[in-house]
Amino acid sequence: MSNEIPGDLHFLKSHEWVRINDDGTATVGISDHAQGALGDLVYVELPEVGSSVEAGDGKGVAVVESVKAASDIYSPLSGEVVAVNEALSDAPETINSEPYEGGWIFKIKYSDRKEVDELLTPDAYAELIENEDH
Amino acid sequence: MTDKTELNATHRELGARMVDFGGWDMPIAYGSQIEEHHAVRKDAGMFDVSHMTVVDLTGENTRGFLRTLVANNVDKLAKPGKALYTCMLDENGGVIDDLIVYFLREDFFRLVVNAATRAKDLAWIEKQAATFGVAVRERPEFGMIAVQGPNAREKLIGLLPAEAQEKARKLGKFAALETEGPDGMPLFLARTGYTGEDGFEVVVPNSRVVELWKHLHAAGVAPAGLGARDTLRLEAGMNLYGQDMDETVSPWEAALAWTLSFDEGRDFIGRAALEQHKAAGVKRVMVGLVMDDKGVLRHGQKVLTANGEGEILSGGFAPTLGKSIAFARIPAGEPGEVRVDIRGREVPVRVVKFPFVRDGQPMPGIIG
Repeated sequence: MSNEIPGDLHFLKSHEWVRINDDGTATVGISDHAQGALGDLVYVELPEVGSSVEAGDGKGVAVVESVKAASDIYSPLSGEVVAVNEALSDAPETINSEPYEGGWIFKIKYSDRKEVDELLTPDAYAELIENEDH
Repeated sequence: MTDKTELNATHRELGARMVDFGGWDMPIAYGSQIEEHHAVRKDAGMFDVSHMTVVDLTGENTRGFLRTLVANNVDKLAKPGKALYTCMLDENGGVIDDLIVYFLREDFFRLVVNAATRAKDLAWIEKQAATFGVAVRERPEFGMIAVQGPNAREKLIGLLPAEAQEKARKLGKFAALETEGPDGMPLFLARTGYTGEDGFEVVVPNSRVVELWKHLHAAGVAPAGLGARDTLRLEAGMNLYGQDMDETVSPWEAALAWTLSFDEGRDFIGRAALEQHKAAGVKRVMVGLVMDDKGVLRHGQKVLTANGEGEILSGGFAPTLGKSIAFARIPAGEPGEVRVDIRGREVPVRVVKFPFVRDGQPMPGIIG
């Protein structure tokens, strides 16, 4: 596992990442730091495909549960859920092993690209978790 | 101010994720908590339990004092070294703490009590001890390592000098002995634990605890954190003080009736209240739950039964079973179809007898 944060991601302070895809969708997951803090993941409650999500409304879109705790996952962008990572139902630990690739949680068709500007850059996120650790 | 055990720097060197546990800075896991759990079930793991409190009781009338202080009967302890699990109750029959009593000599018994209840336990014990002329001495100069798993005993015994090995190998379950460890370190070796596996809990002077840990590590014993300790003890059907019982709960309601001993003429603290409670009818019981659906049972979730609502006490994912289990306190009586409210969803669960797992294997009927 690498500590490198991929440069094409944007982050929420609550440790979700989002990757803007070429086709008008965006993929959401949780950071390497977040999976490390949660510990072994044992269950993921995925959203319904077709449900709409609103960035910043304080409502969890998905839930990840580790051996330690349940944690709400928020959507960094507003839009409609167009895909969920069904593979996580049988292998939630993929989030631990590949938080930025195979461990993605859901994809949305985003409604406002400008919302990305509100998110943290990889460098800003790296700084945030650096400060959290001290 | 957070307390640290002597092993604190060692945990950090091993890359442990540290958390506050009852005022102590303790390792929750070194890497994967689930792998640490399996290491204990299948081979051997070790836990720093130096935060637990060792209390020595001395004086001619120590046994008489303990007959009053605790709800189980210390007269079951006939041979030096034997240990007893018991509750210490208040006058209302509420549980002040659960603890292990070791009988060492007629004028010397050792208690091991929980870390989070240390101050309250010591105050209570000292208050009760005064009239018995028993001296109460906390032993903060000791650390403790629990070495647990099917291969744990042999791995530890391999570190002992030749003459100590046979005695250690012969030590019966729930008994302790004083012996010499590697390089002359004095050890108090107890064949007890909190995982459902065989093994030892080893009391060792703080000055030697790091050395013992490193010997064990070199012998192939895997460091395991409090996270794995919690899933192991839950699978093993063992209560956690503060979560499964406390002063507001009587042993009847915490599946601890097996630890109560109503001997003719023995007036232990809380006895009268317990007898009244039993006579009036125990309204709540503690049961084991298994959830076959995906998801995780957690402390505080609402449990729905035919007789009304209850709640999850200890709950979590059971790595040995690959599903979630819990203790719940529910209204007494035939519970019917039991469900748990998980974020507004009613998920069916099965009520089962516990332990859920013993000696590395699921108990019959647990997997479903």
